[in-house]
Amino acid sequence: MEKIIEAKDVWFHYQNEDFEEENAPIKQVLKGISLDIKRGEFVAVLGHNGSGKSTIAKHFNAILTADKGKILVDGIDASDDEKLFDIRQRVGMVFQNPDNQIVATIVEEDVAFALENLGVDPLEMRERVDNALKDVGMYKYREHAPHQLSGGQKQRVAIAGIIAMCPDCIVLDEPTAMLDPIGRKEVMKTIKKLNREHGVTIILITHYMDEAAKADRIVVMDSGKTILDGTPKEVFKNVELLKSVGLDVPQVTELAFGLRNNGIDIPDDIITEEECIEEIIKIIEKAGK
Amino acid sequence: MAIIKTEDLTYVYSAGTPFEKKAIDSLNIEIEEGELVGIIGHTGSGKSTFIQHLNGLLKPTSGKIYIDGTDIWQDKQTTLETRFKVGLVFQYPEYQIFEETVYKDIAFGPKNMGLSDEEIDKRVRETAKLVEISDEQLEKSPFELSGGQKRRVAIAGVMAMRPKVLILDEPCAGLDPKGRDRILDRIREYHKEYNSTVLLVSHSMEDVAKIATKILVMNNSSIVCYDEPPKVFGMADEIAKMGLDIPQITKVFNALKEKGYHIADDVYTVPYALKKLLSYLDEKGVKLDA
Amino acid sequence: MLKDITIGQFFPGNSIVHRLDPRFKIVITGVFITFLFCAENFYGILFGMLFVALTVLLSKIPIKMIFKGMKSIIPLIIFTSVLNIFFIEGEILFSWQFIKITKEGLETSLFMILRIICLISGTSLLTYTTSPITLTDAIEQLLSPLKKVKMPVHEFAMMMTIALRFIPTLIEETDKIMSAQKARGADLETGGLIKRAKALVPILIPLFVSAFRRAEELAVAMECRCYRGDEGRTRLKQLKSGGKDYIALALSLFFLDVVIFFNCIF
Repeated sequence: MEKIIEAKDVWFHYQNEDFEEENAPIKQVLKGISLDIKRGEFVAVLGHNGSGKSTIAKHFNAILTADKGKILVDGIDASDDEKLFDIRQRVGMVFQNPDNQIVATIVEEDVAFALENLGVDPLEMRERVDNALKDVGMYKYREHAPHQLSGGQKQRVAIAGIIAMCPDCIVLDEPTAMLDPIGRKEVMKTIKKLNREHGVTIILITHYMDEAAKADRIVVMDSGKTILDGTPKEVFKNVELLKSVGLDVPQVTELAFGLRNNGIDIPDDIITEEECIEEIIKIIEKAGK
Repeated sequence: MAIIKTEDLTYVYSAGTPFEKKAIDSLNIEIEEGELVGIIGHTGSGKSTFIQHLNGLLKPTSGKIYIDGTDIWQDKQTTLETRFKVGLVFQYPEYQIFEETVYKDIAFGPKNMGLSDEEIDKRVRETAKLVEISDEQLEKSPFELSGGQKRRVAIAGVMAMRPKVLILDEPCAGLDPKGRDRILDRIREYHKEYNSTVLLVSHSMEDVAKIATKILVMNNSSIVCYDEPPKVFGMADEIAKMGLDIPQITKVFNALKEKGYHIADDVYTVPYALKKLLSYLDEKGVKLDA
Repeated sequence: MLKDITIGQFFPGNSIVHRLDPRFKIVITGVFITFLFCAENFYGILFGMLFVALTVLLSKIPIKMIFKGMKSIIPLIIFTSVLNIFFIEGEILFSWQFIKITKEGLETSLFMILRIICLISGTSLLTYTTSPITLTDAIEQLLSPLKKVKMPVHEFAMMMTIALRFIPTLIEETDKIMSAQKARGADLETGGLIKRAKALVPILIPLFVSAFRRAEELAVAMECRCYRGDEGRTRLKQLKSGGKDYIALALSLFFLDVVIFFNCIF
């Protein structure tokens, strides 16, 4: 499959701004990340706060530039200033706080913001804005003011503002962290729909294991490096490793892990409730015979 | 005697306008001293309005609130004293931090209570220790701390007032799993250390299940139930219908029961689920490594 | 509660006045102000009042709203009339010690009061019938020739838009911070001026910190959506002018002529 993003040995550090001396402490956030994202993939990125997952995400659309290493977006070098807007049009970003990414006072004008910046013709713009709003299910709220909406609705407006650009890839940086369960479900449904029906590549940074379990692939980061990369089944198997870097696994995986520790023969790659139920029944039935 | 008692507590927003809405509707509840109560309910269920009544920030449209047996609205003095008796930690409390040092920020509440300098110092240091903020960090600017640390400082600011009742609104919102567990752990520690009543508001049944001694479920401006966790998790289906998340493990055990494998009704944490499942399997004759 | 404060005085509606091109509305308001200041006698002012009355009728804004808007300018009216009544020389109607009231003084002050009333009610009609955001767009377009002389017109309009967008958010936030500090025993209601000013510190600092954080995040989000200032920018909503706008403008210019004509004949 074609690669939409290629990161090769990316290093990055933040300079602590509070210190003015020359030898200010350096915080090395990324320590040689190499990562390929394929077109159409749904990738979840896990890692505790400060593991560097947001920092690498900001490299994917040239908000940050690597100290060392290379990022290619659809074959374009992300450090090329001339191509900045080509890159940002291909990789859109949605952030945690829905309030702090909505610019306009009316929903549809906010969705149009990126298109206005790109100089899209007003007639075409109208169509793309309407389609984007319909895709996230917010069309009937198009004339509302943002502060009249719930958190989940605001976040869907933010997503519409990105998909109006028709990007190849959307990076979502903890989009559900500030939402209630209903808002979380709305946003997850929207993300999955965009991935399955429109073939948009999704990179979802999250703290919620149940959200990550729905991805095609999970990348786990810890102190600036990727430590695990594979399907949810392959990744969640590593219960002890994940716990040691401050992460959780789905409850059913943990249960299976506990059962195995007690000598029960149950697969170590259970991540859904259905699998768990099925396997437990198998064990009980086998014993009954 | 109940530490918190409400009688037909009702609150109406924008009364007399077309936007009139009952946020809470004749709540009657008694909460005993020393409980650690988890309050769950979706956005708009009335839980935030309810907790803001308990320390007198909102005045009920009708009904009464008794804290420690006293009607908190009987006179102005009592209302003011209630603010110190019932400590309220809002959502994202780190956004209320304002002092130059962590120490001063934790001391803000106790200072407003008019305590002596020695008492303030004692409380600040004790509380900082409880929430795992080091002496060195106490002298730092709160704005230099990490998100999780700031959150703990802000919670300490209310804990240092040693309220008889401590209420926390979504204390874990937006934190990673490690940060989440750490906060819950600190709250449990505080509850144990000072034997005070703690109310914990959350969307997440899973978080609440980890530490609560009782659970209060709210829906549509009313109380659905107030009981011990096993009993509440027994009604998982009803709770799911209210738009709340049920722990994955609870769903699994309920589904097993439906299929005729009745292992337990009250499962909501993994260790407990494991224990129950293992003894069930043992009974069925499955060989286990002891 | 703070939430109840309404910002801007926009009164939503779908009348012909609401539907006029906002750019034209601004120009017409300009013409209106000009003719009020051109008017040298009562006939001119009466004509101005007629103009306001007609527009109010067409806009379907309740008269009550207009009167409500007047309340805030009562001190101004009193101040002007006092100044005019006592300090204009002329035919003395009444005098006591050093206080003199003249016929000219009375006339001028009545004239001034009417002029102020006209001015305020006429201009507030602009904000009553135009949403703040449309008004910002219109101002940006009207001032766009100034871009040639390097005036940051677009930037100014963008700042206005963002301010309008964040006012409700920040009001809500202020409410929350106030509750949180009250819960920590902060006393915001009692004490003298200095004590009260000091009590604001625990509210203002968190508010500023949060506003800066929001600004930073918003800036990144705008960059992600390819914001690069005015360069090559198009707009979703095009301001459109049509026949009704030209008629309205012509009408207001006609009124201006009449006023000037009145100045000459009376």
